[in-house]
Amino acid sequence: MTGWIFAMMQTLCVVLFAPFMAGWVKWLKCRLQNRRGPGPWQPYRDLLKLSRKEVLLAVTASPVFRAAPYVVFSVTVVAVSVVPTVSVQLPTAALADVIVLVGFLALARFFLSLAGMDIGTAFGGMGSSREVTISSLAEPALLMAFFTLSMNASSTNLSTVISHLVRSDFILYPSLIFSSMGFILVAIAETGRIPIDNPDTHLELTMIHEAMILEYSGRHLALMEWAAMLKLTLYSVLIANLVIPWGVALTLAPGDILLGILAVVCKLLALGVLLAVAETVQAKLRLFRAPQFLGLAFILSLLGMMSHIILEVG
Amino acid sequence: MIFHATGHLEIAALALIAALYHCLNHALFKGLLFLGAGAVLQQSRQHDMEKMGGLIRRMPVTAACFLVGCISISALPPFNGFVSEWLTFQAALQGTVLHSGILGAMLPIASAMLALTGALAAACFVKVYGVVFLGRPRSPQVAEAQESPFGMQFAQVMLAVCCLGFGIFPTWVVRAINVIPENLMGVGLTKAANTSWLWLTPIGKQTASYGALSVLFGLLLSWLIVYFFLHPLRRDNRIRIATVWDCGFGPLNSRMQYTSLAFSMPIRRIFSILWFISEKVEPGRQGKGPRYSLQLGDWLWLMVYVPIGKIILKLAERTSRIQGGNLRVYLSYSFFTLLFLLWVIV
Repeated sequence: MTGWIFAMMQTLCVVLFAPFMAGWVKWLKCRLQNRRGPGPWQPYRDLLKLSRKEVLLAVTASPVFRAAPYVVFSVTVVAVSVVPTVSVQLPTAALADVIVLVGFLALARFFLSLAGMDIGTAFGGMGSSREVTISSLAEPALLMAFFTLSMNASSTNLSTVISHLVRSDFILYPSLIFSSMGFILVAIAETGRIPIDNPDTHLELTMIHEAMILEYSGRHLALMEWAAMLKLTLYSVLIANLVIPWGVALTLAPGDILLGILAVVCKLLALGVLLAVAETVQAKLRLFRAPQFLGLAFILSLLGMMSHIILEVG
Repeated sequence: MIFHATGHLEIAALALIAALYHCLNHALFKGLLFLGAGAVLQQSRQHDMEKMGGLIRRMPVTAACFLVGCISISALPPFNGFVSEWLTFQAALQGTVLHSGILGAMLPIASAMLALTGALAAACFVKVYGVVFLGRPRSPQVAEAQESPFGMQFAQVMLAVCCLGFGIFPTWVVRAINVIPENLMGVGLTKAANTSWLWLTPIGKQTASYGALSVLFGLLLSWLIVYFFLHPLRRDNRIRIATVWDCGFGPLNSRMQYTSLAFSMPIRRIFSILWFISEKVEPGRQGKGPRYSLQLGDWLWLMVYVPIGKIILKLAERTSRIQGGNLRVYLSYSFFTLLFLLWVIV
């Protein structure tokens, strides 16, 4: 029972932490570009303001359009709840393994792209088209990286994988290095960051995510934005706990949990710094260069799996 | 079968169950999608997808069922397509138990290809649903389409409910299918459903598990929490219906929407290495608008089958020279053939 309460609390904390993560990256980026920029708490104010505002719905909007923000948000929340963030003693991790996690993200994306096509404007359709293109290239690479990890731990359960990684001695497995690199590239593409998509602007420069949610307003927009921030945090947590797994609590003892919280927050903030630096020093790719980027991710994941099978199994 | 040959009977049973489950699912959601497509064709009297749009307002029941079918066929949780894909992945991930390195590598790579297919299927069904049911109607017949009669609706709703049921109660389905591998190989997948009826655990609880019903419950719970959080009872539900924002350029019309061809254009361009694609836009002549033509071909067909076919045709033309039409010539052919055969035998 304590496990379930703990899982609920952990999910709630991650959900509440997500806007800070997005704001933190944005603030750092502004600083790196010599701008003052809004503080890291700004996304909370934005979300609060949006949730109080009136919803403006286009005449052509269908029920799919109105349901999509709730579907996208709740699916992302459930996806967050199955990822061991602070401790691996998570009963919810047994509900769904990595493959189901990928399935959740795909479900959220499915509804997001449908919502983009719903109003019947050209921009929304363009966003949806690009989103499904990018994701259909990213998904094999993502699953391949996850497969390598789970073959390493001979389990697809995230808790088991992470505790296997923490418990095993520190050896540089080539398979883990390659698949981590592939996974990070996929994470950048899937969360819509530079060089695939630019999260900071509306229109013209941002071609994918913002194009799909252009018609949303009020609380619907708040949910969509929040879900995007959650997705960023989710991928960051996955990178933090799969690539650098040390610090994750193995038990539910208070000391371990405190250490776990501290570790994961530090790792996330550090990842935010890395992301901000990476986004500052490079420019966005043209859309048709994106397949090369994702092809690289796929090759890296493939190399990871190959090196696992050739070097580590036999 | 590979697993069976190498003596890994349990994994063979798992793979067989995954395949059978997948067939069953295909029967359900493909049937559902065909019924939906039939209803749309009959009611809109339109065969061209590019002329549909906005049917969700005219045919809400068909649209809802079609959505269920789309989600199922794209292998997304919590519907049935996902369960069988998940089982297939679980079987493929056991590839390392095989001692042959090539086979062990091929299985996970094949499943990565399965993931690519799944993602492309999702892209395709977003396109179909978005173009046919969402947006604005693109032709007057579609704008006046009526909902299909009760019988057609009922059949679709039944199949949609089955899709959901097979998705959230996988343990019962697996237990039912389990009879087949038990009879064939003497080994069943008893562990899968034994842990509890809520959990699907094909190999072991530590290895992998999927609680489909709990997942659905979690989804609904978080949906409710969010809904009540955003809709406090004291406040009225403020939604204002307005016209679509058009950037101040004047009214939007249905021709400005993304069409299905436009939607799949990036995918066509990325995979243009694999297929022969010729896209042409001819400028309009004599007051007619420009013409757009798209030809898709398979490289394998063009490079392998077509040359072979040409060679065979040429050979046939050469041999047709001996066809004189004269009966005596034919009789002498068969006589010489007989002589030749006798010579061969002796």
